Amino acid sequence: MNMWARLGIFLLAVCAITFMQVDRSQADELRGTGDLGVVVERATGSLLVVENSTDTILTRIEGLGDLSHASVVYSRDDRYAYVFGRDGGLTKVDILTGQIAARTIQSGNSIGGAISQDGSLVAVSNYTPGGVKVFDAKTLELVADIPTASKTVGLVDAPGNRFVFSLYDDGEIWVVDMSDPKAPKITKFKNIGLQPYDALITGDGRYYIAGLFGEDGMAMLDLWNIDKGPQRILDGYGRGEEKLPVYKMPHLEGWTVANGKAFVPAVGHHEVLVVDMETMTEVGHIPTHGQPVFVMSQPDGRHVWVNFAYPKNDTIQVIDTVTQKIIKTMTPGKGVLHMEFTPRGEKVWMSVRDLNEIHVVDTATFEKTKILKAEKPSGIFFTWRAGRIGL
Amino acid sequence: MLKAVLLVAPLALVASFSAASVKGGGVEDDTLGIDGARRAELLYVMEQDCGSCHGLTLRGGLGPSLHPELLADRNAAELAETILDGVPGTPMPPWRPLLEPKEALWMAKILKSGVLAK
Repeated sequence: MNMWARLGIFLLAVCAITFMQVDRSQADELRGTGDLGVVVERATGSLLVVENSTDTILTRIEGLGDLSHASVVYSRDDRYAYVFGRDGGLTKVDILTGQIAARTIQSGNSIGGAISQDGSLVAVSNYTPGGVKVFDAKTLELVADIPTASKTVGLVDAPGNRFVFSLYDDGEIWVVDMSDPKAPKITKFKNIGLQPYDALITGDGRYYIAGLFGEDGMAMLDLWNIDKGPQRILDGYGRGEEKLPVYKMPHLEGWTVANGKAFVPAVGHHEVLVVDMETMTEVGHIPTHGQPVFVMSQPDGRHVWVNFAYPKNDTIQVIDTVTQKIIKTMTPGKGVLHMEFTPRGEKVWMSVRDLNEIHVVDTATFEKTKILKAEKPSGIFFTWRAGRIGL
Repeated sequence: MLKAVLLVAPLALVASFSAASVKGGGVEDDTLGIDGARRAELLYVMEQDCGSCHGLTLRGGLGPSLHPELLADRNAAELAETILDGVPGTPMPPWRPLLEPKEALWMAKILKSGVLAK
């Protein structure tokens, strides 16, 4: 290597260090967090702190373990992100300073988590061993351990400082009242259906709905009429159609009522189901490009954005919630894993894993307005989630 | 440049896998006649897409761990059949629509070799 090449590398290094310091110093300034968020870099176990007012990356935080199926909830002050890693790691990240505030390896293998209504407890659902563990949101000290004989999925918070989750292997829904954190009160509902794989709670905290992998249908628990127990809804959707292979499990998290209807991914059918929220019945189904994974509503409910399972994961489709027609199909690139809307939805961020890019797209024009570089990006989580039930 | 990096990492794994088998006295062609670009693609799919259920480190998730010690009692041909036909009654889908049988066999051998397990 000649002298000029060495000098060039040296200067590049100096620039890199200078820029890093600029990023760090930004965190020291007085600022709000309502337009911040994090992007999970799944392969490298790192997290990007991003700002959606300026479409920029502020800093990268490393050392979070295996994030291959990581999800995030926020403290109610919008400052701390709780990151649930696949390897059982629970990490509390201070997005203002870009530091890890606390971290614990709480099980061998976990799938997701939730924060309680009062913000004092963080719960994690686990695959291996099963069960749910509840931690003090400040210190991450263990508060309650709720063992199960099954993998636990679809863990959400519900009003009344409750957590609700489903048992994948046993087909049950458990409601855990954490009013007294030392003595959780558990209500169990059995025989809810085969293999609940994920669940959601509606934004008002009333309906907990578990998607079933083992049969066409969903189990719905009305928390305002909990004595009635879970009811089956959408029973036998897709009946008579051949079930197609599912190369990635759909998620129910982005499920939102839009224009009086809910739009949900079918399982084993390449379609989005339209559900009337009054009658809880299927009133339509929209054929899609592939197996839907996330079906996410814009904050205004006007459009619903859908991504797809492998091998169709290079595409996004946008559904008009009034006409229930696909109005736009775009191909950002292979591995579109997740989308997140800005707080009021003028833009959507999408992670394009195989391009190592985050695309920022204008939701009115569908134009890509910015590309950010990221290392195998997956989940994108903005702080507006902090104030929403179930997120 | 980025593409180059993407390809190099999996190829390095392919190389180490082949070397390991040669040391073990294997005489058959490890590539099973699958070209390098496709092998790199398959490895990427295994890590990223099989990884959505089995974990990026193959330690398991909704699907079981695929670490080699847990696969010891199953030969590569059986594992390849599972990949191609899936496991009815579970979320493991049949990959036959997307893979040649020899590609599934090659993937099964990669799994048994443990080069992807972390």
